[in-house]
Amino acid sequence: MHTVFCDVAVIGAGPAGLAAAIAAKQEGAANVLLIERDTAPGGILQQCIHPGFGLQLFREELTGPEYAGRFVKEAREAGVELLSDTMVLSIGEDHILTCANPEKGLVEIHPGAIVLAMGCRERTRANIRIPGERPAGVYTAGTAQRLINRQNAMVGRRVVILGSGDIGMIMARRMTLEGAKVEAVVELLPYLAGLTRNRVQCLDDFDIPLLLSHTVTAIEGKRRVEAVRIAQVDQQRRPIPETERTIPCDTLLLSVGLIPENELTRAAGIEMDSITNGPSVDQRMETSRPGIFACGNVVHVNDLVDNVTAESRTAGACAARYALGTLPRGQALGVAHGSGVRYVCPQRLDAAAGGKAALYFRVAAPGGKTVLTARCGETILARRTVPRVSPGEMCRLDIDTAHLTAPVTVEAQEVEA
Amino acid sequence: MYQADVVIVGAGVVGCAIARELSRYDLQVLVVDKRDDVGGDASKSNSSIAITGFDCPPGSLEARLCHETRARFDHVTKELDVPFRVCGALMPAITPEQMERLPAIYDEAMANGVTDVVYLTPEEILAKEPEINPAVLGGLYIPREAVIDPFLYVVALAENAAANGVKFLLRCEVTGMTVENGAITAVETTQGTIRTKYVINAAGLYGDEIARMAGEEIDYTVKPRKGQFFILDRSTPCKTEAVIYPIPTPTSRGKLLLQTVHGNMLLGPTAEDGEDKTDHSTTAEELAGIERDCRQLVPNIRVSDTITQYSGLRPNRTPAGFHIAFGEKTAGYFEVGGVRSTGVSCSLGIARYVADQFRAAGVELREKEDFSPIRRGIPRFAGADNEKREQLLAEDPLYGRIICRCETVTEAEIVQAIHRDPPATTVDAVKRRLRAGMGRCQGGFCGPKVMEILSRELGIPMEQVEKNLPGSYLTTGPVRGGKEDA
Repeated sequence: MHTVFCDVAVIGAGPAGLAAAIAAKQEGAANVLLIERDTAPGGILQQCIHPGFGLQLFREELTGPEYAGRFVKEAREAGVELLSDTMVLSIGEDHILTCANPEKGLVEIHPGAIVLAMGCRERTRANIRIPGERPAGVYTAGTAQRLINRQNAMVGRRVVILGSGDIGMIMARRMTLEGAKVEAVVELLPYLAGLTRNRVQCLDDFDIPLLLSHTVTAIEGKRRVEAVRIAQVDQQRRPIPETERTIPCDTLLLSVGLIPENELTRAAGIEMDSITNGPSVDQRMETSRPGIFACGNVVHVNDLVDNVTAESRTAGACAARYALGTLPRGQALGVAHGSGVRYVCPQRLDAAAGGKAALYFRVAAPGGKTVLTARCGETILARRTVPRVSPGEMCRLDIDTAHLTAPVTVEAQEVEA
Repeated sequence: MYQADVVIVGAGVVGCAIARELSRYDLQVLVVDKRDDVGGDASKSNSSIAITGFDCPPGSLEARLCHETRARFDHVTKELDVPFRVCGALMPAITPEQMERLPAIYDEAMANGVTDVVYLTPEEILAKEPEINPAVLGGLYIPREAVIDPFLYVVALAENAAANGVKFLLRCEVTGMTVENGAITAVETTQGTIRTKYVINAAGLYGDEIARMAGEEIDYTVKPRKGQFFILDRSTPCKTEAVIYPIPTPTSRGKLLLQTVHGNMLLGPTAEDGEDKTDHSTTAEELAGIERDCRQLVPNIRVSDTITQYSGLRPNRTPAGFHIAFGEKTAGYFEVGGVRSTGVSCSLGIARYVADQFRAAGVELREKEDFSPIRRGIPRFAGADNEKREQLLAEDPLYGRIICRCETVTEAEIVQAIHRDPPATTVDAVKRRLRAGMGRCQGGFCGPKVMEILSRELGIPMEQVEKNLPGSYLTTGPVRGGKEDA
């Protein structure tokens, strides 16, 4: 077996892994190994050929491949070693990774620290139990995006999209630009699941109807999709039979949520957050297993890659410090999601880390003018008022973690509908 | 024009088991099926149990063939390299009315020669399966009930038959038969004429249509009885080791729970009588019914962990019961009918019974000297230890490229499946053999890659790669730079 030693091993060369690997190198780790199962780095950004990336980070609008390209170049220049076409099979004792690679065979990697950056996968038709036939032509939006943008294979001509997630809306525009007819974007919830800017740029600008409080009640077609049935739903999200109608189409795309891809994480016995479906981490992005860090969509599903890059830099730098033996460790303090908040990441804080910590969180329901608060007992650590909130858009509060002695709670209170 | 001694119509579990059995003899056997792959319809969408036959109608041919098959399964699944697990089954009674039904079921088991069935106390049941409804009053334990990989079983029967000289014609639909002087002389298909002496009708749901083509009088009907199922993620917290059977009611055998050979929980089936032989739809109401009924048996079962739902169609013959015999009018025509729910469980017995009938009818069955009952599956990367993995990688570097991450399926395995006989030529055929796309992401990641590998290995453009049946195209052509732009 091929054996490799390194200071930091990063699993996944998408935006999270790239940023973490570069940061680890900059923090002083001599050998940083970036492991990627695809034949090229960049992750899902390789298929995101639309613009809109990097607005926060670079103050310019880049496509996914352009955004990734900057980091790929930086990683190469920084001396990050890329091991592509390689799948990590397991995380063993002492952080030992067992991997498979077509040229090298089995590879055993002995790193000082690990960064998990495996990203996420899409929820499927089966997860949301869409009844009906099981013909060809039902795709998750990301799978269709890959086929069209990376494999030059058009998935269909007449399309219905279930779910108003960002990828679904992006694909509504993409399919339209390639000559397909997008009949409707159907959303179960009474509000948009993705970013408002995507609704404007991808649906409104192309006259694609958005049907809120609707769902797909059946798929028709024995071999290829021939139609979908849709219906309005009541307040309990149950279809109202008398509103059911049939839309002829050959393709159904699903944009119904993302699930962090944590098979390796679970197998490694790392503590998970049941809401995010990712590992619980502290502000340094360290998981419950010392020396194993995590960042990006494997931790919680982000809406902007810029946020992923920021938290991944933290993960990479702290992993390097762990490997070098310079990461302090103090008391762990919990971060709770209080009223109006669905989850907060990080889930805990290490009191010894000191300095600023960014708390990313999602509200439980859409609202108007809302006060966002992070408190430690009666002490307000951070407070901000925003004009409106939506579960589809991540919120953030920055707090100073110095002198913290008790758990922190994050709350969102609507003050004006 | 093809030439055969025996044409088997239908490559489901029954047809493939007969093909393998007849491949022992010096006969030209040809199997035709209109689908893209072996594995039929009911044979690929069932509950994956190899039953002992404890609750078959006592004295029936079904009970006898089931008994024979189960006795041979431990050995034959080893010969064929097919996952098989003897997990036992529990039949818990939750209500006093259900308790009252147990003696009759017990007596039936004894009458069927399944003499190892025993009564268990609630304590014994809960000790075996702690997830069973704590209100349980008692029940039966059937120790030799087993689960099998039904897809691989059919594939293995077919591969072993093919290795012993049987030819498979897939995507080949029978359109008619030539009967001369009261005897079959040829089968007409979408791939041309097959001259033959014998036709074995193993067409399941379409058995009546094939019988009609052979000129037989039809005094029965075959209609689809739909069964819907749930499959749960392997990681679901509430699982059982044994098959959990409900106490059957006079009208229904009810819905069961079991852990498949691959570690997923399976829930179902429903029993819905219909008319449309192509209706494989699932429905919200019936799926909800499975969830409700299974909770009665195992209250903590977490159906929200479902990774797929599907339905299968049992060929429901009226009048019911096995009918396995030569035709009454047309010489050379043989019918295997009435196999509704126990195709897998009776397969080996049926196959041998068919051979016996042929022999009894004076057909000469000369054993081949070079018949081999051994079939080896594609060497699997998942589950192998590191030493074995090193060895696989040394033989084929493509074992190092994982295509399906949920089920750890490598490119090497997919390439092998595509080039075996009979071959996997569609995305679903690859999935059934290797489980690529059968995991929690349901092919979201590996689907496009499997399509690309099929396109490359079969030498066809992407838009000709199909999900399963002809017409189930997955993509419509190049986005740019294709014929449309030229």
